[in-house]
Amino acid sequence: MTEKENIIVESGGAIQPFKYAVGMYGSKFFAELRETGKFLAVRCPRCGKTYIPPRRVCGPCFAEMTEFLEVGPGGTIGTFTILRYAFIDPETGIQKPIPYGYGFIKLDGADTLFQHYIDIQDETKVKIGARVEPVLKSVRKGTIRDIEYFRIID
Amino acid sequence: MAKRVAIIGTGQTHHKSHRPDVNGQELINEAVKRALQDADLTMKDIDAVVIGNMDHFEGINYVDCWSVDGSGAVMKPIIKLTTGGTTGCTIAIGGYHIVASGLFDRVLVIGWEKNSESDTTGAITTAFDPVWDRLVFAGAISGLAAEAQAYMARYGATDRDGARVSVRDRKHATNNPYAQLRKEVTLEEVLASPMLADPIHLLDVCPRTDGACAIIMASEDLAVKSANKPDWIWATANRHPYSYLGDADYGRLTSMSESSKELYKKVGIREPRKEIDVIELYQPYSFAGLIWIEDMGIVGHGEGPEYVWGGNTDMGGELPINPSGGVISCNPIGATGLIRCAEAAMQVMGKAEGRQVPDVKHAISTGFGGCWWTDMILHGSEKPEY
Repeated sequence: MTEKENIIVESGGAIQPFKYAVGMYGSKFFAELRETGKFLAVRCPRCGKTYIPPRRVCGPCFAEMTEFLEVGPGGTIGTFTILRYAFIDPETGIQKPIPYGYGFIKLDGADTLFQHYIDIQDETKVKIGARVEPVLKSVRKGTIRDIEYFRIID
Repeated sequence: MAKRVAIIGTGQTHHKSHRPDVNGQELINEAVKRALQDADLTMKDIDAVVIGNMDHFEGINYVDCWSVDGSGAVMKPIIKLTTGGTTGCTIAIGGYHIVASGLFDRVLVIGWEKNSESDTTGAITTAFDPVWDRLVFAGAISGLAAEAQAYMARYGATDRDGARVSVRDRKHATNNPYAQLRKEVTLEEVLASPMLADPIHLLDVCPRTDGACAIIMASEDLAVKSANKPDWIWATANRHPYSYLGDADYGRLTSMSESSKELYKKVGIREPRKEIDVIELYQPYSFAGLIWIEDMGIVGHGEGPEYVWGGNTDMGGELPINPSGGVISCNPIGATGLIRCAEAAMQVMGKAEGRQVPDVKHAISTGFGGCWWTDMILHGSEKPEY
């Protein structure tokens, strides 16, 4: 053994799948998206804030929310970036294809932002405030991937 | 009634991008030994241990258990705290709470990370909601880029303003023998470095680091008897404001403005710009050095760039920020917040050597993480007046 040998042991290509419950409110959102292509949000009875993704409790008010309402599907870019560096996608275990547009979309009628891909074919159009609309898959399974990306409308 | 608490010793490793010569336990042991030496104590003097990191970087859970030989915690009370990027600051706040409770007199606090052992961005992404937040999220840089875009659009700041902050921190790091990156850069070099996520260039952002940090906290009587001039903890505050990434007000760090208000109110600070002598800011990228000093109330909204360009946050300026070189120069994530705390303590104790700010009466150290969380600690050279 050489004195300066530092041995590294690799974990190998281990895969450990998880199964996540999306909850009552998430299930309602994804079923609606799958069946009709509509986006459901939920409104707080106390402060009136409209949340997407829908969740059971308004955190600041600690109040139960039960009023579902449709938001979007159109909206504007709230903020964004364009990812240009490579990293391992923990969802797939392989390097994520880059570059891609990463948008925080302000869907019409919602008070929070909705994260998804934005089309970056023409980077000069990717700006805060630009109008966007979703491009949906024709065969939908009830996941966030039922939305392909948001397209910038001139 | 909370008891008074002080930091009486600190220790950290010489941080590097890769430490293949040590495993996690050995890395932790280096920092612990240095903290004990600094405080002139042995493990027999320590009543309890608080430890933390972000498990998913190494894929090994329960550091509180597997590291006890190296951490010194064999058959002692030990508790693990982990809150993402804020972990290093949270463990310091936890240590403070434990000593302030009066139940323990001397507590060892340890933060560490071996970021070389996995893909940092991939690992960070697993901290976020798998159903809603992981599809497009690309670790810390993507969220921070979205923040910078929103701030620039709102206040007219430029990437040159951000680069000025990076130039400052990288220059400061040349005074810190523990920092990983110790090379000065120019504005032009920052702006010409590869674009990672618009508007963040490679030289705007923190590196990945292997490193550990440890501090020792003591109750009032023991702190006064310590060989060191103690660093008194005046106040702590923290805020976790959101569940999902899309809930944030991009361009403002509301967790920091709320934490700052609480901190200042607790001790009666009215003009933080004049009453604070130095800040060790958990600033993982350059633009945060503009945005977050506004949220801390150092300057008004939109005034960060002018204040930084004026040299006010440089060494020798009105309010030096990150004399250590900060997170941009060194980021072993679970240790990073504790390094901020240790560096602020060293400033107060007069032990910061080549990076010492003269005559520090009050210092602030912060932690940042996860879904726009903030942890903050106010340090003082005198005993708190309450």
